[in-house]
This record gives sequence, C-alpha cells and structure tokens, in this order.
Amino acid sequence: MSLLTLENLDARYGQFQALFGINLEVAEGETVSIIGANGAGKSTLLRTICGVLSPAAGSLSFEGVSLGASSSHARLAKGISMVPEGRRMFPSLTVDENLEVGAYSRRKGYWTKAKIYEAFPLLAPLAQRSAAKLSGGEQQAVAIGRALMSNPKLLLLDEVSLGLAPVVVKQVYAAIPIIREQGTTLLVVEQDINQALAVADRFYCLLEGRTSLSGVAADANRDQITEAYFGLASHGKKH
Amino acid sequence: MSAILAVANGGAGAWVNAIVQGVLLGGLYALLATGLSLSFGVMRFVNLAHGDVAVLSAFMAFSTARTFHVNPLYALLLVIPGGFLVGLLVQRYVFDRLIGGDPSLQIVATFGLSIVIQNALWKKYTADTRGLKIGKVATRSIRLNNSVAIGWLPLITFLCGVGVLAGLALFLKRTRLGRAFRATSDDPAAAQLMGIDNRRIYGIATAIAMATVALAGVLIGSKSSFDPFLGPANLIFAFEAVVIGGLGSLWGTLAGGIALGVAQSVGLKLDAGWGELAGHIVFLAVLAFRPTGMFGKLDNR
Repeated sequence: MSLLTLENLDARYGQFQALFGINLEVAEGETVSIIGANGAGKSTLLRTICGVLSPAAGSLSFEGVSLGASSSHARLAKGISMVPEGRRMFPSLTVDENLEVGAYSRRKGYWTKAKIYEAFPLLAPLAQRSAAKLSGGEQQAVAIGRALMSNPKLLLLDEVSLGLAPVVVKQVYAAIPIIREQGTTLLVVEQDINQALAVADRFYCLLEGRTSLSGVAADANRDQITEAYFGLASHGKKH
Repeated sequence: MSAILAVANGGAGAWVNAIVQGVLLGGLYALLATGLSLSFGVMRFVNLAHGDVAVLSAFMAFSTARTFHVNPLYALLLVIPGGFLVGLLVQRYVFDRLIGGDPSLQIVATFGLSIVIQNALWKKYTADTRGLKIGKVATRSIRLNNSVAIGWLPLITFLCGVGVLAGLALFLKRTRLGRAFRATSDDPAAAQLMGIDNRRIYGIATAIAMATVALAGVLIGSKSSFDPFLGPANLIFAFEAVVIGGLGSLWGTLAGGIALGVAQSVGLKLDAGWGELAGHIVFLAVLAFRPTGMFGKLDNR
C-alpha cells in the first residue's frame, strides 16, 4: 500500500518556482532516495512533505488521506518525522533533553531513549552533555535519534552526510538497517549518489525541480543517472 | 567617608537595614520582571503594556474589595487566573500576529495597548491616587534588632517572587512542557518538527507572564498608592531587573531584581532623592560594562 503519494506537486518560494509537477509514491516499509544536484529541489520536496512549506499546486496524501495545508506539528502527530538539513540541535538542551523533546508527541512504539542509545552507541556517554558541544557526527546522530523518538511511520532524512567525514557518515548510516527493521519507511535526500543508491530500494532523481529519472536502486544505470543528475545531452534546456 | 555617612545616618545597623529592605524590594521587582523575562526568553517578545497590566490588576483588586467588602488580597483568586486567561487570549488574537515580524510592530502595538489600558483606567477610576487596604499584614513586622525590622508584606512579597521564579525554573527544567518551552526558544521551526505547536507554547508563556504580573500588581498596590499612569514606571523597573540580571535567564532576573532593589534602597538612604536614580545608574553601568547582564548567556542565534 502506498504510504505517501504526491501528485502533480508544485512548490514555490514567492515568485521562484522550485518544484514542477512532481509525482512520487512511497510504499510502506520502503526506503526511497531522492538524488539531484544542489538546487534541484530535493530539500524543498522534503520541506513540502513535512509541512514547513505549503504546496503551490497538486496534492499530497499520507495513508490515503490528503494532508492539505496542515502544519508540521500536526503532520508529526500523524507519523511524519523530519531530520532537517543542518541538524538543528536545541543548543541549550542536553543530548538527553533533545531526545525527550523528540518524544513530545507521545507516540508510542519501538523507539525509546534506551533504544536510541543502543542504536547510536556513540551517544550513550554524551547523554548529559550540552548539544551545542557535540561534533558534527554526534549532532547528526542526535538529530536522527530525536526524530525517531516520535516513532514515525515515515522518516525524512535531509542531507545527513553533509559536512561529515566519510568515517562518520558510515557510523550514522549504520543505524539505517535498524530503523528499517522496525518497519519505518524512509525517504532519504542525498547528494552522494553512491550512498543514496546503497541505502535505498528505489530512487528518484530531480533536475531543476522536475523528476528526471526514477527506478529501482539496484538496477540503476550510472550513465543514465549522470545524465539525469546534471541534465546533460537530452535535457538541454537551461534557465 | 562611609564612616562619616554611617554616623550621619544612624550607624551601621541602618545600612544593614537599607540592604535588607533592598533585597526584599528586589523580590517584588523580580516578580514584576518574571513575565517580561519569560516572554523575551521564549519568543523574543517585549510587551510594553506589561507594567500597565500590573496596574490594571491592582485596580481590579480595588474594585473587588469595594464591591464585596473583603480584603483586597482575596482578589488574587480572581486576578491570577484572570491574568492567565487574558494572556492566552491576547497572545492568540493579538500578539501572535506580531511575533517573528518587524520588531517595531511589537513596539507600536504593545505601546498602543499600554495607552489603551491607561486611558481606560483613567476613564473608569479617574486620575485619583488609590491604595489597597490589606489590614494588619501591611503594618506588622518582625523586629530583628534595634535597627533592622522585616515587614510582613515585604517578606511575603519577596517569598512570592522567589517562589514564582523557582517554580518556573523547575517547570522549565523538569517538565515535558518546560522542555518544549526551551526547545521553542532555541529554534521554533525545529521545535515544530518535533510536534510542538509553538502558538500553544506562546499562549501559555504569555498567560504565565500576565498571571505573575497580576500578582505583582496587587502586591504593589498593597505596598504603596497607585494611579492609572503608574504602568510605565513599573515597566522600567522590570526592564532594569531583566537587563541587570541578563536577558533570558530567570535566576538572573531574581538577581537583577535584588541588585536593583538594593541600589534603590541604599541610594535612598544616602539621599532622599537618590533612590530611583541609584537604580538607574546601576542599570546603565551594567549596560556599559557587562551588556549581557550578571547571568546572561550570549545569544546563540
């Protein structure tokens, strides 16, 4: 069954249109990657799904029900949780408190603070530390843990590897299988194509606000992706 | 120099007394400033009508006493929950529109509210000076020695200030809703992604601000006389307490209130005209030499 369905979705920032007629479907339990270059509209897509941005046109439905223009806190209550770009720690709170804020909605499920510390062993010794005094990788782990504390049905990950050393990226991504095991559906935005394809069942590639390619991650053809990613050859038009 | 002054003003005991009275007065300023500190801390919002709400609440107590022939302190049962409710509504229907926008709109709108409250009170109660007759509590005191005596009312007021601030600090530190307050203060957009409805948080913050300043207003009215135009003076003392203590720090607000109270009380002891001036000088000195205040954190945004 389709958990998330986007039909002909447009998004704009004022006069600037960032997404054009996006059609996208994510089935329950699936992991889907969104790839694309800087400014392709990946983050905008996630922001529209989690309710930070209202769609300019088209429809967005979750579990078969239209989300309309509901706010992000209302969407979290329905089970859509977002790990925002830039991690967005609450710096005056400790790691423990950041996780507790993540559980504000009181949605019950597999994830508790103990389970988060189990899935991200690097966080366990830092529980009482101020979130402002963490490394980038530690902050990213807190950001993901915090989003999981609401036991979401759909977890949106926005550029979690951005600015992290490869070894740290590996640590962060090591938690993904554990998250999937709980039946959580993932929608992952990544600039790193290899990382994005390795983690996902299916992928969509965005180019200048439009879907330029989609398919099964395991069958992805590198040449096609390069073309869809950079918009070379067939996609000649430039703005 | 100080020895000469001490002799001239009745010995060291009199100075100790001035400091003790200043500390107690500081509790009142802290209580008056609590709401301002909370509003600024949680939503970077400054309500210029804050002092007028205190005066409004003093007049409510005055009317309650006159209508029902009871001690005006009973009006606290009315004005504290009333302030809470009004805070929720005012935030919902007025202040919410001002948050996050141009700060000058906040100033104009809340300054307008301040004028509306002052003139509405003036229309209803005239410009006459009023007082709340709370009976023996106002006059009794505990004599510690020859020169130091602690009045019941200042002591109760001080305890109210400390109690409210301690309760609020505990609420912010220990409760689910308190953590949501702090998260919203750090990053309102990220807090929304955690399922926190920031309009609800802002509503409760303003409700607490109005309830505490309503309590402060009744205590001010019990301590000394008041008229419809006393609000801005209250606001300035509250502001000074917040800034001296450090923006966004509740314990700082208590310390700031006490510093202001002691400065005024000692200033008054030096010369009858120097009370408020000494407080303003301490405030300016803090702004000049330590702009983040005694306990202020550097803003992380």
